[in-house]
Amino acid sequence: MAHIRTDALLKAVKKGKGGIHAPYHKITAEKETVRIPAPEFVTLPMLQHIGAPCTPTVKKGDYVCVGQVIGDSDKFLSVPIHASVSGTVESVQDVKLANGTMAPAVKIKNDGEMKLWEGIVPPVVNNKEDLVKAIRASGLVGLGGAGFPSFVKLTVSDDKPIDTLVVNAAECEPYITVDYRECIENSWDIYSGVKTLQELLSLKKVVIAVEDNKPAAIAVLKSIAAKDDSVFVMGLKSRYPQGAEKMMVLSATGRTVPEGKLPADVGVIVMNVASVAFVARYLKTGKPLTSRSVTVSGDCVKEPMNVRVPIGTSLRDIVDFCGGFTQEPAKLISGGPMMGTAITSLDVPLLKSNNAVLALSAKNAGLKKETACIRCGRCHEACPMNLIPTNIEKYALKGDAETLASMGTMVCMECGSCAYSCPAGKPLVQYMRLAKSIVKEAAKK
Amino acid sequence: MEENKTLYTVSASPHAKNSTGVTGVMLDVIIALLPAGIMGAVTFGLRALAVIGVCVGSAVLFEFLYTKIMKKPTTLGDLSAVVTGLLLAYNLPVGIPFWMCVIGSFAAIVVVKQFFGGLGQNFANPAITARIVLLVSFAGAMTAYPASVLPDAVTGATPLGVLGTLPAKEAAAQIGAWTANGELPTLTQMAFGIRGGCIGEVCGAALLLGGLYLLIRRVINWRIPVCYLGTVAVFMLIASGFDLTYTAYELLSGGLLLGAIFMATDYTTSPINKTGKLVFGIGCGLLTCVIRLYGSLPEGVSYSILLMNILTPLIEKATMPKYFGKTKKKKAKEGKAA
Repeated sequence: MAHIRTDALLKAVKKGKGGIHAPYHKITAEKETVRIPAPEFVTLPMLQHIGAPCTPTVKKGDYVCVGQVIGDSDKFLSVPIHASVSGTVESVQDVKLANGTMAPAVKIKNDGEMKLWEGIVPPVVNNKEDLVKAIRASGLVGLGGAGFPSFVKLTVSDDKPIDTLVVNAAECEPYITVDYRECIENSWDIYSGVKTLQELLSLKKVVIAVEDNKPAAIAVLKSIAAKDDSVFVMGLKSRYPQGAEKMMVLSATGRTVPEGKLPADVGVIVMNVASVAFVARYLKTGKPLTSRSVTVSGDCVKEPMNVRVPIGTSLRDIVDFCGGFTQEPAKLISGGPMMGTAITSLDVPLLKSNNAVLALSAKNAGLKKETACIRCGRCHEACPMNLIPTNIEKYALKGDAETLASMGTMVCMECGSCAYSCPAGKPLVQYMRLAKSIVKEAAKK
Repeated sequence: MEENKTLYTVSASPHAKNSTGVTGVMLDVIIALLPAGIMGAVTFGLRALAVIGVCVGSAVLFEFLYTKIMKKPTTLGDLSAVVTGLLLAYNLPVGIPFWMCVIGSFAAIVVVKQFFGGLGQNFANPAITARIVLLVSFAGAMTAYPASVLPDAVTGATPLGVLGTLPAKEAAAQIGAWTANGELPTLTQMAFGIRGGCIGEVCGAALLLGGLYLLIRRVINWRIPVCYLGTVAVFMLIASGFDLTYTAYELLSGGLLLGAIFMATDYTTSPINKTGKLVFGIGCGLLTCVIRLYGSLPEGVSYSILLMNILTPLIEKATMPKYFGKTKKKKAKEGKAA
């Protein structure tokens, strides 16, 4: 069996079309993750996930410990927020987040004790329901960047039988190396998480998918899963956006997720590799999500590296720890260069879903002057969803919702491959967002 | 808080872009066109360079004047006017009066390109339309093809003119006799441009070299040229009773290679999607063959490409690519809603 697995099945089952080949810039790949000293203050926004915001459950002057719940919500699509340092609540007020939205946040003055909350005990998990409940309590959201509450992914009805877990370690965004470091440094956590999820969700098969430009990660994971006939480590072609959920499902299982559906509809759950490793650690210790790894990189950062940071630390503290800037950056990005958000200031807190902070000079910041479209078709060739972005732009400017819907506008995941390839420097992702909002508006009527 | 003085650039993702620009694309096309132009000058003498110079110069000038008069930002930097001027010159016989070149440039740049909104907005290929305008207006000057200045060159009618005097099967049988008495260039002469014709179309080898460069640089895609040339080859093979020599003559003569590699592949006026490109190429090929064999004109490349240009939006609509995860059920639902 072993030889079949390593030779035939390790290659991608089915190759997706489109995509781009951007320079990797993985300059932090070989540096060990450094735990940074807890900052003086942490600011924990109540909205760190896709869904309903939490309501603060503490008030000014309260003393909180690491891992204590400080915000929760009774809505389904939400996860609790936990204190990431011990100390006194300094204030509860609205703050601006990296993406420009305002959200209430709890600011805690760190007393330097890092005292663990006494309520922390390993959860008792015997079946699927227990697992879902525990994962919700852990505050886990997808650590790959999207911030979707993880327990929701695991809450699938029985009429959608899930047979495969895909562990996403593709990390196709340039610069970011947190998932790669997770594979190297915490490979046993990953495997333990995989086995727990496999058992509790009674899954036939687990695929750990890594882009083939990270041979070291593939080797480590392979050696761990070598004797396991149901866990496959798969090297995927390094091509952005290989790690996008639908691309990942296609590459790892050969199944196509239909328009408007989720991977669960084709029997697959996709989880980020760091999320899986966290699940293993949480089930062992009961310590909720209070810190995460972040790649601090870009050509303006003095010492690019991966750091382990309490959630809610300001991005400025993180960049300062990495030596600050060597030159004034043209662009600051929260997240990766392809799908991250350009930010106006470093004075924003790190969220659970932030996987990178980048400071780029004008040369590397994708500043291209916009000129007329020459209809060269590079956007269409690059689109992994086989859309024609330039035509969608045309109809978006006309506001033609019906045509836009028929062109498949809604399957766009805003990966940015089109805008990356456009010789005319068109902000195609922005036009795609416009097109999607037009279709959504029309559907409401 | 002193850092707040710095304003960082904020824009929509992605924050990385590749380095290819429109100017770079156009520069690649210009580089690919150079060998054919040089061979044109070798074949027809220095006047060929003068014609190229006048066409490019006037095209650039018209582009500049139009944007100045209309108070638009100048677009000379994208080099598209240079490409148009080059393609126009390549489609003209060497003896054409210079003032006609200027009229051609005017038609290409001002009427076909700028009146319809400038780069990327024209519905027809500017150089081809300008050639047709000149052909219709000055049929005499446009069809006076001087012979090559090179030794051993065949004088007189163009190869297509000779081949067109008889139906395909009979012409195929006559090729040997025609080359022997000097009415038709040999195939080698055809391939290396020792024949009559327009400046840029005579040297098949140079055009193929340029096409190869564009393919390697990924400026063009194989679909249109291969479908175009393939369709002509198949059609001519059948029409001539599977005569390979005749088919080779047909492929090398007229502006077929120039058209298939450089003009039919014009981004703006050809379908953007893969299937559309196949349909477009095959359509161009069929029209060219029909005009060459059954029309009263000896040459059909310009007209075929122009006609297919006009059909481009329809082809694109009819061959919309299937996007990822598109389901049939969804279609039925939409039908009901409508």
